[in-house]
Amino acid sequence: MARVWRMIAQRLAFGVVTLFVVSIIIFGATELLPGDFAQAVLGQAATAESVAAIRRELNLDLPVYIRYFDWLGGVVQGDFGTSLAQRGRPVSDMILSRLGNTFFLAIYAAAMAVPLALTLGILVALWRNSLFDRIANSTALSAISFPEFFVAYILIFVLAQAGYFPSMARMPAGADLGEKLYRAFLPALTLTLVVTAHMMRMTRAAIINLLSSPYIEMARLKGMRPSRVIVHHALPNAIAPIANVVAINLAYLITGVVVVEVVFVYPGLGQLMVDSVSRRDIPVVQAIALIFAAAYVLLNLLADVISTLSNPRLLYRD
Amino acid sequence: MSTQDVLLSIRDLKIEGKSGDDWLPIVNGVDLTLHRGEVLGLIGESGAGKSTIGLAAMGFARDGCRISGGTIDFDGIDLRRASREQLRRLHGKRIAYVAQSAAASFNPAHRLMEQYCEAPVRHGVMSRSEAERDAVDLYRKIRLPDPEGIGFRYPHQVSGGQLQRAMTAMAMSCRPDLIIFDEPTTALDVTTQIEVLAAIRDIVEQFGTAAIYITHDLAVVAQMADRIKILLRGDEIEEADTREMLAAPKHDYTRSLWAVRAFQRPEQPAPKGAPVVSLRNVSASYGKVPVLDNISFDIHPRRTVAVVGESGSGKSTAARVITGLLPPTRGEVLFEGDALPPDYRKRTREQLRNAQMIYQMADTALNPKLPIRRIIGRPAQMYLGLNGRALTERIRELLHLIELEPDEYIDRLPSELSGGQKQRIGIARALAAEPRFIICDEVTSALDQIVAEGILRLLDRLQGAFDLAYMFITHDLATVRAIADDVVVMQKGRVVEQGPKPEMFAPPHEPYTELLLSSVPEMDPDWLSRLLEERRHKDLPQGAEK
Repeated sequence: MARVWRMIAQRLAFGVVTLFVVSIIIFGATELLPGDFAQAVLGQAATAESVAAIRRELNLDLPVYIRYFDWLGGVVQGDFGTSLAQRGRPVSDMILSRLGNTFFLAIYAAAMAVPLALTLGILVALWRNSLFDRIANSTALSAISFPEFFVAYILIFVLAQAGYFPSMARMPAGADLGEKLYRAFLPALTLTLVVTAHMMRMTRAAIINLLSSPYIEMARLKGMRPSRVIVHHALPNAIAPIANVVAINLAYLITGVVVVEVVFVYPGLGQLMVDSVSRRDIPVVQAIALIFAAAYVLLNLLADVISTLSNPRLLYRD
Repeated sequence: MSTQDVLLSIRDLKIEGKSGDDWLPIVNGVDLTLHRGEVLGLIGESGAGKSTIGLAAMGFARDGCRISGGTIDFDGIDLRRASREQLRRLHGKRIAYVAQSAAASFNPAHRLMEQYCEAPVRHGVMSRSEAERDAVDLYRKIRLPDPEGIGFRYPHQVSGGQLQRAMTAMAMSCRPDLIIFDEPTTALDVTTQIEVLAAIRDIVEQFGTAAIYITHDLAVVAQMADRIKILLRGDEIEEADTREMLAAPKHDYTRSLWAVRAFQRPEQPAPKGAPVVSLRNVSASYGKVPVLDNISFDIHPRRTVAVVGESGSGKSTAARVITGLLPPTRGEVLFEGDALPPDYRKRTREQLRNAQMIYQMADTALNPKLPIRRIIGRPAQMYLGLNGRALTERIRELLHLIELEPDEYIDRLPSELSGGQKQRIGIARALAAEPRFIICDEVTSALDQIVAEGILRLLDRLQGAFDLAYMFITHDLATVRAIADDVVVMQKGRVVEQGPKPEMFAPPHEPYTELLLSSVPEMDPDWLSRLLEERRHKDLPQGAEK
């Protein structure tokens, strides 16, 4: 166990370094964008003087490294600064409610997608090359082959037009959990369809990959049922690759869902990020980028911890 | 014995294997009769179909194989007609299987006890707690250390020999009528093998279990089986009681199996002049783990130094130090009196050319995508600068040397060669550099005896022709007897004993050398019993397991 704790500590330290590098890259990238906040906000009305005035007011005229370290100094103290676009409003304030929404949707979709993908993956491995295997595979493949927005519109066409679920997922204030689940069902279902195939196919492949192992043959020759051979003998050894794919997909659910958010008018982080980029609201972009990067770091760490815990050869190495 | 005693009766068994779109015969009509409590040895080289027959005795065919004809009758049940479910209920309960590599056949994710209890609990023979008590009891009977605790370890925490015994105990868990032993000691060192053989024999006798014992090693089967059946490419050659078979083999093929061990090269004159390669007080480690401790030995031109030891004794590490793959922590390697740079990257092309290697697994040591022409041509091109016509001529010459017809083989891929032929290509590749010194790392241990003998004869001939010095790494003392001039015995990273072969094979020995030598199975069916009896009296150190 000590090994696992040491690994977690080490990886968290590396994670902090990663976040630091990410913040530099994002800051640099936004510098490369044509125009800045002053020009963006003034639009057609931009004159040299007014642009300069706004820049001076927001310290945008300072050299890039000073602005960066200024910002970094705040972040390490837990202060993400204030938004440029909504004058004086703390970034953390703007992000917090959106963050809750994003996590809610991601967890909602994951709670449907992960069990579904793993169960289907195990079943298609058990009945490999059967009709069921082929149908499950081709359905899953078609689901990821369509663009997300297309899947979303199909679902709206089928389920929202008929009046089963709302096509607008904007939450009224004070909605209870049931209400929230009902309203967010279509975006969550869209995301489920999008991520299930990848995880299911990886589960199938990881299990089938092991079926020629001597210990699987041994389990068969001990007279174990096929279902037990798969679930008890193959699956525990396939957890590492499965956990990694699940982690990647969960990270995607947090960071990559902007299209779905737009289609269903769901107020998540993705939308906020896109808006902030177009407004050149750099502090908000930076904060969201860090959250996304942290999600990747933490989910990958989680996958590695699970892989280690599932492998006695790593856990009890003596 | 009366016919009522017959447990397993196989008649005219035919098995086919899939090759591309065709089904090719693997076993062509073999009969087999096994009585209750009897042990039948199945002997043959690889490809003889012995494992396939062993599995067929369970009504099982591996993927890509099918039982295409004949009958398999197990205690009145027709296994070919039996449903999957019926077979499943027999497997593990009445017919059990012990696989070749216990390390690969135990599930790495579960503790030994979990895997032991699986069959008795799932087949409804015992409750979990009964099974656990029974496991400890069997672990004790099979003389595993710490019988109460060992079941709670994971497979990777237990040594190979102990795992193989634990697997035998596991096969015994439902007290089956029949156990198939599929080369259970092939992957083990000689000293470990003895303990496993003794344990298997004891427990099979104790419970009166019938067994089919599959192996390619005659001396091993002589200790284990009541009767021996000899197979060659899916056909039965002959079958007889063990003693009768050993005393008077009838068939030519059987006799050739016996004769393999007869190869011994003539004694070479004592070495003259300076050694080609010398190790001087070499120590080496992997990270912080010390592997070699102050090793010194010399290798003279035209001589073969056999480095012997069990797995983990450091013999391959010594080769890595010589080739510069692993710089030593202390000491140095001399080539013709001059110190070689410890790291191969610092060595000159000439220094690299002079020391070549031949590997154990010819399968993985040859690039499967390249034709023989390029595999052999590469070193000739790189070290000797041969090109075009001269290069082709050289490749053809090398193919002649290793006794493969150039026109037929030069453009083949490794996958189109047999195991022995691949190893010959490995030799040709080493020769192509025109080295002074070749390291042969277990070059024959993956090969059948007859093929291995051919390789040894070839190496011997080449040594004479090109004044080569060989370092021959092996754990097989029969090979040492056949080809070595000098012997270096290693244990736990140290040289235990070294000297010219005649001295090494004559007493007195160091205790470890004695243990190694006495552990090599002999053709005498009483050898194992006698040896165990002697050891009990002399109180020799037991095997070198951790």
